[in-house]
Amino acid sequence: MGDNTLVLGHRVSEWCGVAPVLEEDIALANTALDLIGQTQLWLGMAGEVEGKGRDADKLAFHRDVWDFRNALLCEQPNGDFGQTMMRQFLFDTWHLITLKALAGSSNEQIAGIAEKSVKEVTYHQERSADTVIGLGDGTEESHMRMQKALDRLWPYVGELFIADEIDAAMVEQGIAPDPTTLRASFDSQLDAVLAAATLTKPADDFAHKGGKTGARHTEHLGHMLTQMQWLQRAYPDATW
Amino acid sequence: MVIEKPALETVWSWLSAVPDPEIPVISLTDLGIIRDVQWQGDTLEVTVTPTYSGCPATSIINLDIETALRGHGIENLTLKRQLSPAWTTDWLTDSGKAKLEEYGIAPPQPAGGPQHCPRCKSAAVERISQFGSTPCKAQWRCTDCLEPFDYFKCI
Repeated sequence: MGDNTLVLGHRVSEWCGVAPVLEEDIALANTALDLIGQTQLWLGMAGEVEGKGRDADKLAFHRDVWDFRNALLCEQPNGDFGQTMMRQFLFDTWHLITLKALAGSSNEQIAGIAEKSVKEVTYHQERSADTVIGLGDGTEESHMRMQKALDRLWPYVGELFIADEIDAAMVEQGIAPDPTTLRASFDSQLDAVLAAATLTKPADDFAHKGGKTGARHTEHLGHMLTQMQWLQRAYPDATW
Repeated sequence: MVIEKPALETVWSWLSAVPDPEIPVISLTDLGIIRDVQWQGDTLEVTVTPTYSGCPATSIINLDIETALRGHGIENLTLKRQLSPAWTTDWLTDSGKAKLEEYGIAPPQPAGGPQHCPRCKSAAVERISQFGSTPCKAQWRCTDCLEPFDYFKCI
């Protein structure tokens, strides 16, 4: 959860100062800020659980590509504004469903972070869904770009719902939901928004994977980290 | 040395004089983010909940609480962060809401949008964006007086 919000939060922050209009610039920066705030909570907790003295900053800035456990969708480049908003909509919809399930976690700290995040992500999802509908059912140009964005990003959706042994162990202890059980709710929300947006869901369900396990990230994450971690790489352990 | 411990009501009244760093017209107690004040032995423990998880004002708020209480002679002080129950705009006090309105920020409404324009009181308002100048606000516009204004969003 923390790597997802960190990587996507950084991606979204790349828009700060260059978004198409002021209101969107502010909205994107606010979304990025919420995601980075959630990252501090998740990675802060991960560091505590690990017990090796690493805090959220250490985990964010002192790991390389293969140690990241974010879904591949989060690291995909921003592309144009439409692609950014399509990525946001696909992520937000999964994120909100997942957080609502995590709010019922047997682990109090996880439930607390999820409860807090649900409030913020509800706003993110409302905005990204509205924007996908507005641009999809917009001009010929915006429709074409949104369909292209959906086709480009669709192969990265499936990974969000793949369960592994760690998921199974967490399900057993009531810590987290089985990701595969969240797919039906995701699909019904997705279908409703795509219908309103006059967009067509790709027929091929092929899914790239390897982000969540860290085994095979796309080439984009490494490039992103050279920017995000630049200061800590050039001046290790610098603080202010 | 025996330290005299001020009464909790006194501590609350000191905290009610600490302004929110982003919206100085309301205090931290108006905002409803101070969840508890307790003496643990000789240490004063203040429990604070963040408004939004990424709100940059959070660290300033903690600093302001510490500065204010130390200014009143509190030496042993700890600040505790509490996430659950998550902060809600229901915890804004009525006087806080009135002060927001007077300042030009429409207070949160359960209906999900401002009741009226804080400037001319017209109910003809429209949303510009769910996001605004700080994480807790959205941008709205009055279609009568045409003034854009901040709305403190309901969470």
